[in-house]
Amino acid sequence: MALNIQDLRFGEELLKTGFAKMTKGGVIMDVTNAEQARIAETAGAVAVMALEKVPADIRAQGGVARMADPAKIREIIDAVSIPVMAKVRIGHVTEALTLEALGVDMLDESEVLTPSDPFFHLNKKQLKIPTVCGARNISEAIRRIFEGAAMVRTKGEAGTGNVVEAVRHIRMVNEGITLIKGMGNSDLSRVAETAADTYLRLRKDVMPNLFLKETKMGNDDVYYGMSMQQIQEEILGVIKDIKKLGRLPVVNFAAGGVATPADGALMMKLGVDGVFVGSGIFKSPDPIKMARAVVEAVENYEDYRMIGNVSTGLSSMDGKDINDIPKEQRLAERGI
Amino acid sequence: MKIGVIGFQGDVEEHINILKKLGEKYNNIEPVRIRNKEHLSEVSAIIIPGGESTTIYKLILEYGIYDNIIERVRNGTPLMGTCAGLIIASSSTNDPRVVGMGLLDVDIQRNGYGRQGDSFMNEVEIDGIGRFLAVFIRAPVIKSVNQGKVMASYSGKAIMVRDKNVLGLTFHPELTEDTKIHEYFIRMIGGEGGVSTGMHAGSVRVK
Repeated sequence: MALNIQDLRFGEELLKTGFAKMTKGGVIMDVTNAEQARIAETAGAVAVMALEKVPADIRAQGGVARMADPAKIREIIDAVSIPVMAKVRIGHVTEALTLEALGVDMLDESEVLTPSDPFFHLNKKQLKIPTVCGARNISEAIRRIFEGAAMVRTKGEAGTGNVVEAVRHIRMVNEGITLIKGMGNSDLSRVAETAADTYLRLRKDVMPNLFLKETKMGNDDVYYGMSMQQIQEEILGVIKDIKKLGRLPVVNFAAGGVATPADGALMMKLGVDGVFVGSGIFKSPDPIKMARAVVEAVENYEDYRMIGNVSTGLSSMDGKDINDIPKEQRLAERGI
Repeated sequence: MKIGVIGFQGDVEEHINILKKLGEKYNNIEPVRIRNKEHLSEVSAIIIPGGESTTIYKLILEYGIYDNIIERVRNGTPLMGTCAGLIIASSSTNDPRVVGMGLLDVDIQRNGYGRQGDSFMNEVEIDGIGRFLAVFIRAPVIKSVNQGKVMASYSGKAIMVRDKNVLGLTFHPELTEDTKIHEYFIRMIGGEGGVSTGMHAGSVRVK
């Protein structure tokens, strides 16, 4: 029997959220070449994030950070059998489709790269492959899920080796979930209205002021052809899912500043489904040992004797105090 | 009766949720996570979930339950492997990164349909179960079935195989709301509807 292409329904939401579910309980590591990718795979990473530079180096270098060179992505795809993710600039649909065409398994619409669209995030429902997005709080998480994110991660503060912002963001998302769980229908509708208003505000920012007075704008194309009513209804659906499930309706990882096995384990203890480690592995003096140790600690996040064992004699990357980073250089402020 | 899901990595919770749903129908079903030998010794059936096969394989080895799972299943405990779980249960993975347990004598190609962009879903017909929405995510391909009965095929390739107490699927029944496959698996406890096969191939494990 020949393969009936018509029968294969690509791009369904179930395939995207399902892919994310396969990474649960795992560690996803930033890698910049084939050798690092193999180290990650051997250590037991569930996926790798293909990059030209890890966040600590992006931060140090400054300037505009863009999608990685396709040669880099291909090199990493060819090196490992585990899924390969890649970062796309916020709102950069062309980078997104290019990475999809390269065979990347999942996109990270990431604040670590320089945003390309000052108004809107990608309409991730239009992409065939799933996307993960960063969030600092429940409102950002709700908007990203409405836009089609198949997975959410905390933003943390990437490249700092300082876990405080990741903890802040997990706590803020969790607190939001608790609030929503206790809400009645009218409050849920008001939350949906507030979230939808963000898109209207952004749309107003795009509108030119041609008449020196307030320009009248319709509510029928607010975000990628969607009307305000449509946006509100879909967002209400997301919020009702959160209430029903008592958690985000998509897989929820921690990211941004994880630098030690104990950091990884702490993330799990706070209730996330898994952990991204950016600079923490390959900016440490012994990446092979660190990679292995972080996987073990995340896997056994309440086995403190084991966490002690794997952390023994293990040096971490240098860390940064968040207060020493000027607000305009904080990556988590991007893409809200 | 405890049904255990190998609980290190992957969509463990999704399997447990389906078993919980079935628990409303069969009141003696209690889903549990298996992470060590003690957990394993308490269960009446074992599920290896979907996830990253290289990761799950590594953790099963490290927690020292690889051989125990083989022993339990050889002694008749029902096993279901979905996607990554099938790869780990198989006799041949054609990949040194994941060495199969040799519990289901099929020849596997990991990620046989391609990358995530090639993932797909479709309704399929399963022998003795009926129509089922099969979700394939970076799924393996069963290249050949050396022993056991093909219960469902897609595009000329086996996607669900049963050999006595072992059930292997290339897709993810735990990602849908449909409980039919898990129900079928539960009925395998106690040996109902076993497929007779004669000699079982010995497991060869390369370290």
